[in-house]
Amino acid sequence: MGKAILGRKLGMTQVWSDDDRLIPVTVIEAGPCVVAQVKTVERDGYRAIQLGYGDVKESKVNKPMAGHYKKAGVSPKRYLAEVDAEEGVEYKVGDEITVDGIEPGMRVHVTGTSKGKGFAGVMKRHNFRGGPGGHGSHFHREPGSVGMCATPSRVLRGVGMPGHMGDETVTVRNLQVVRVDAEQNLLVIKGAVPGGKNGFLTIRLA
Amino acid sequence: MNRIRAIEAQQIREDLPPFSVGDTVKVSYKVVEGNRERVQTFQGIVIRRHGAGARETFTVRKVSFAVGVERTFPVNSPKIVDLQVVTRGKVRRSKLYYLRDKVGKAARVKELR
Repeated sequence: MGKAILGRKLGMTQVWSDDDRLIPVTVIEAGPCVVAQVKTVERDGYRAIQLGYGDVKESKVNKPMAGHYKKAGVSPKRYLAEVDAEEGVEYKVGDEITVDGIEPGMRVHVTGTSKGKGFAGVMKRHNFRGGPGGHGSHFHREPGSVGMCATPSRVLRGVGMPGHMGDETVTVRNLQVVRVDAEQNLLVIKGAVPGGKNGFLTIRLA
Repeated sequence: MNRIRAIEAQQIREDLPPFSVGDTVKVSYKVVEGNRERVQTFQGIVIRRHGAGARETFTVRKVSFAVGVERTFPVNSPKIVDLQVVTRGKVRRSKLYYLRDKVGKAARVKELR
């Protein structure tokens, strides 16, 4: 398992590549994160670390969480997330995780929560084609037939239907790191990542 | 937002002369053909500037063999080797789309003096 870090989407822009092409990029503030808990094979049955990211006022955390932070000796954080521990690295509670070790050209997987679209129809949600707009047609954005008649006399599993869309965990794999700014804790990644601005992201090395 | 602006600010070119809509400009643009590189020049009237900051583009229109040709360049493109302002134009709007419907003498822009 490679290195993982937590971050926040700042927004998108474009940069010129070395061969003078414009590439669309997402700017992510990644870290600094702090190790809030270490899970070991002996005690928990598997290796993992719990990372905290983003400072928050002490009065904003409830008592159980305040106790958790106090035990770790870590200031309260806005986000806590468990990530796989990197192979062959010994972690201690309180260790700081930064963008160190991430170099331009590396590939990363980025996980976030997609923008919520509410209750969406089949054209938006499942890319159905819909019907003609006019020429006497009364069939515009409908789903059409959802199955057969007496056999099987039920709707088959997996048929596209309207419903809630978005606001789900989405991972975009193998995005290329374009730039790293260790001073400002910035990662510049080619392409789009799930969610809106200020959205919480987990970045893992591919 | 400011940190994104800072990234964009690094991309902005300051070596090009200021120019505006209505000016006649000569753009020297690097063209890659296979693995050969050469510089192409494109001279015409700037009919629009669009966008702002690092993302700004401008469109140059010229009439070549009686066919109107428009090319859009990013202002901050590293492929622009050189940009010369040939004449300054006196215009009263920011987008000179009306030039598309004019031919010959009517498709001129008054020179600023």
